[in-house]
Amino acid sequence: MKKNKSLYRGLLQGMVAFFITLTASAQTDMDAIMMNRNQFCNGFLYNYSSWDHYWEGTLKRNNENLGTVSSQSVMYMANYGITDDLNIMAGIPYVWTKASAGTLHGLNGIQDLSVFAKWRFLKKNTGKHRLSVFGIAGISTPSSDYVADFLPLSIGLHSTNLMVRGMADYQYKRFTVTGSATYVVRSNITIDRSSYYDTELRLTNEVNMPNAAQYQLRTGYRGRYLLAEAHITNWTTLGGFDITRNNMPFPSNRMNATQVGASFKYTLKSHTNLSFLAGGQYTIAGRNMGQSLALNGGAFYAFYFGKQKPKK
Amino acid sequence: MRKLSFLILISGLAFGTTFLSCNKDIEGRTENAPALAPANIDLNAGQWVPVLLTSPTEFPVAAPIATNTPEYIAQVNEIKSWQKDLTSQEKAIVKYWSAGAVLRWNEILRELVAKYNLPPYQNADGTYPFPNPSNPLAYPQFPFANPPYAARAYAYVSAAQYDALVAAWHYKKLYNRLAPYKVDNTVNALVPQTDLPSYPSEDAVVAGAAVEMLKLLFPGDQDFIQQKAEEHMRARLIAGANVRSDIDAGESLGKAVAQKFVTRARGDRAGAAAGNQAIWDKLETDCIARGETPWYSLDSPKRPPMLPLFGKVKPFLFDSLTAISLRPGPPPSVNSQQMRDETEEVYQFIKNPTRERIAIVHFWADGVGTYTPPGHWDAIAAEDFIPQRFSEVRWARNMALLNMALMDAAIVCWETKYYYFNPRPTQLKPEIKTLTGIPNFPAYISGHSTFSGAAATILSHLTPNRASAYDAMAKEASLSRIYGGIHYRSDCEVGLEVGNNVGQFAVQRAMTDGAG
Repeated sequence: MKKNKSLYRGLLQGMVAFFITLTASAQTDMDAIMMNRNQFCNGFLYNYSSWDHYWEGTLKRNNENLGTVSSQSVMYMANYGITDDLNIMAGIPYVWTKASAGTLHGLNGIQDLSVFAKWRFLKKNTGKHRLSVFGIAGISTPSSDYVADFLPLSIGLHSTNLMVRGMADYQYKRFTVTGSATYVVRSNITIDRSSYYDTELRLTNEVNMPNAAQYQLRTGYRGRYLLAEAHITNWTTLGGFDITRNNMPFPSNRMNATQVGASFKYTLKSHTNLSFLAGGQYTIAGRNMGQSLALNGGAFYAFYFGKQKPKK
Repeated sequence: MRKLSFLILISGLAFGTTFLSCNKDIEGRTENAPALAPANIDLNAGQWVPVLLTSPTEFPVAAPIATNTPEYIAQVNEIKSWQKDLTSQEKAIVKYWSAGAVLRWNEILRELVAKYNLPPYQNADGTYPFPNPSNPLAYPQFPFANPPYAARAYAYVSAAQYDALVAAWHYKKLYNRLAPYKVDNTVNALVPQTDLPSYPSEDAVVAGAAVEMLKLLFPGDQDFIQQKAEEHMRARLIAGANVRSDIDAGESLGKAVAQKFVTRARGDRAGAAAGNQAIWDKLETDCIARGETPWYSLDSPKRPPMLPLFGKVKPFLFDSLTAISLRPGPPPSVNSQQMRDETEEVYQFIKNPTRERIAIVHFWADGVGTYTPPGHWDAIAAEDFIPQRFSEVRWARNMALLNMALMDAAIVCWETKYYYFNPRPTQLKPEIKTLTGIPNFPAYISGHSTFSGAAATILSHLTPNRASAYDAMAKEASLSRIYGGIHYRSDCEVGLEVGNNVGQFAVQRAMTDGAG
C-alpha cells in the first residue's frame, strides 16, 4: 500500500496565466508530491474557464462586444519517476476559445508542449514533521503555429518559456503547507503584423515579451486516497504595458493575476491505478487580465515499470 | 541516480543560461536606416509645381548673412563647441535624423495616428461621446485618428512639407550658401556631404511644417512634437550640416507654408464630417426608401456611423464634383441572388479559417490602435524609398503624391459608402464571425481596397520596377477583407478599381509637376 500513496503524484500544469486565464490547478509541477521510481502516470484533464469582466490596465470593466469569453482545453499529461526524488513530466493541451457576444471569431488549436523536471534534493523527517525542498525546471514551447495576436481569443501567447522554481513543503501528520516561487524567462514572439504600437510605434513583427514571476502557497490534507488543498497563486509580469482606454489587449501587456482555488484528487481504493482530479480557481485581483473562474476535472491511470524499489 | 539528477540539473542550467543571455532587444526595420545621401540633389526643384503655393516666393526668405561675417563665424563656433565633446545620446540623434527628415516625420505621424486610433468608450446611457478639438486631453482624447482622419493627416503633413521644400529649394539655389563643413574645413560633417546649398535648412523646413500642421491635427501631444522638432534641429547643428541661421530660416519658412495648409484644413469640411442624429437617421430612411436594407452598427451599444460626411471633404487632386463622378454604380441588391452568393462566399471562408488566411487578415487589418491602411502604405512606400536615395524634396513630393491619393481615395470611398449605406456580411448572416473587428461604417466599397488601389497605382508610377509587387499587395489587402469576414467580393473588387482611378489623378499630377 505504501507505493499507492505516492501514485499519480505530480502531474503538471502547462498553461501559464495570460489574458484568458488558463492556469490549471491539478496535481502539478506546482505541488510537492512525487512519483516513485519507475512509476508512470498519465491521463487527461479538462478545463473550462470564463470571464465577463476584465481589467483594462487597472480599470475593471465589462465589454458588450465580447460578452463572456470562455476557453476550454483538454490536456494530456504524463509523469514518470526516474527516481523517487526525480520526476519528469510533460503535458500538451488542445484549446478552444469563444466570445458569447460581438462578432469576433473564436480560435482553437494545439497550444504549448511543456516538460518539467522536478528534483527533491532535501528531505528531513523528525517524528511527525517532514520537510522537503525541491528544485524544478521546465520549458514550454508552442507546438503549433497558433495566433498569439488576437487577444482575448488567442489560445496562447506563443512564447517559449523557461521556468525555474524553488519549492518547500512541510508536512505534519496529514496536514501540509507548500510554498513556491518561480521565475519565468519568456522568449520574444513574432506576430502576423509588420508593426504595432505598445508605448511607441514598433516597425517590426517581433514583440519583446517581458519575463514573469509566479508565487504559490498551498495547504491542505494529504491522505492515502484523498488529497485536498486550497491555494493562492500570484502571477506577475515583470514589465509590459497597460491596455489603453478601450483598446485591444496585446501579448506583451503587463498581465498580473492573483487567484484562489482548491484542488482535489481521489484514488480508488479498489483500483489504485486509477485516480480522479477536480479543481477550480477564481481570479480575485488582476491587471490586463480577465477575471476568470476556472473549473477542471480529469482522470489518470498509472503503470509500473521494472522492479519497484524495496520499501523501507 | 544522483548522478543523473546532477546531469539533468547541469544541462538545465546550461540551457537556461543560454536562454537568459539571448538578446531580447527588438530592432525596428528603419531604426538603422543609412544616412541619406541623395543620388541627385534636384537643384532645380524650386521650379516644381507646388500643391497650394501660388509661387515658391509666396513666403519670402531674407538673404542669409555672408559666411565671412562675425555672426556667421559665431554660428560655426556653436557647431564646433557641440562637436568637441559628443555624448553617445548626441551621436544617436544625429544617426537617427540623418536617415531623412521626411522619413522620420512620417514615422512620427504614424506613431501619433496609432496612439490616437481608439474608438471612444460609450457613455452610461449608451450614447457615445465625441472628441473635442478644443479640449483634446479630456476623454475621449482628440482626435479619434480613424482611417479617414489619418488619411487626411498624412496628406496635409506631406503636402505642406512638399510645398515648403519647393520654396526652400528655390531659395537654396538663389542664395547658394554652402554647408558649414564646406565653408570651414575644421567643421566635421557627421552626415554625408552634399553640394546642396544649406540655406534655408531643408530639415528645419520639414520639421517646421510638421510642427505647425500637427498643432491642428494632434493638439494633445504638443510637448512630444515640439521635443522631436528641437531634437531634429539640434541634430543638424551637431552634425555640422547647418548653422543656426539655416535652421531658423528653414523653420520659419516651413511654418509659414504650413499655415496656408492649416487654413485650408480648417475650411475643408472635415470638421463637420461626424454629422448629427438627423443626418444619421436620414441615411437610414433614404436607404429604406430606395427599397434596400440599411446598414446598422454591429457595435454594442450601437455606435453612430464613422464620419458619414467625410465624402464631402475637399479633395487635393480633383474637385468635389469629380469626387462624386468617381463614385461607382450600386452594390448588388441585398435581396439579389448575387448578394446571397457573395454572403455565402464570406461565410465559407470564415467557417474554417486556415492559418495562412488568418495571417493575411491580420497583416492587413490595420484596425484599432494601428496607423491605419494609409499608414501601412506609407510604411511600404518609405521602406521602398530608402534605398532609392531621394533628395528630401523628392521624398516629400513622392509622399505627398501618395498621401493625397490616399486622402482622396478616402473621400471617394466614404462618399460611396454613405450614398449606398449597405450592410456588412454579419448583418445579413449573423453566423459570420470575423477575424478582425468590423469597422463601424457601411460595407460598399471596401476602404482597404480603395486605399490599396490608389496607393499601388501611384507607387507603381514612382517605382516602376515594384509595380507587380504593389499590385499583388493591393490585391492581397483587398482579399484579406473577404477572408476576415467583413466584406463581400463586390466591395473589394469595385473598391480596388475606384482606388486605381483615384491613383491615376496622382499619376497625372506626377507627370506634370516638373519633377519628372
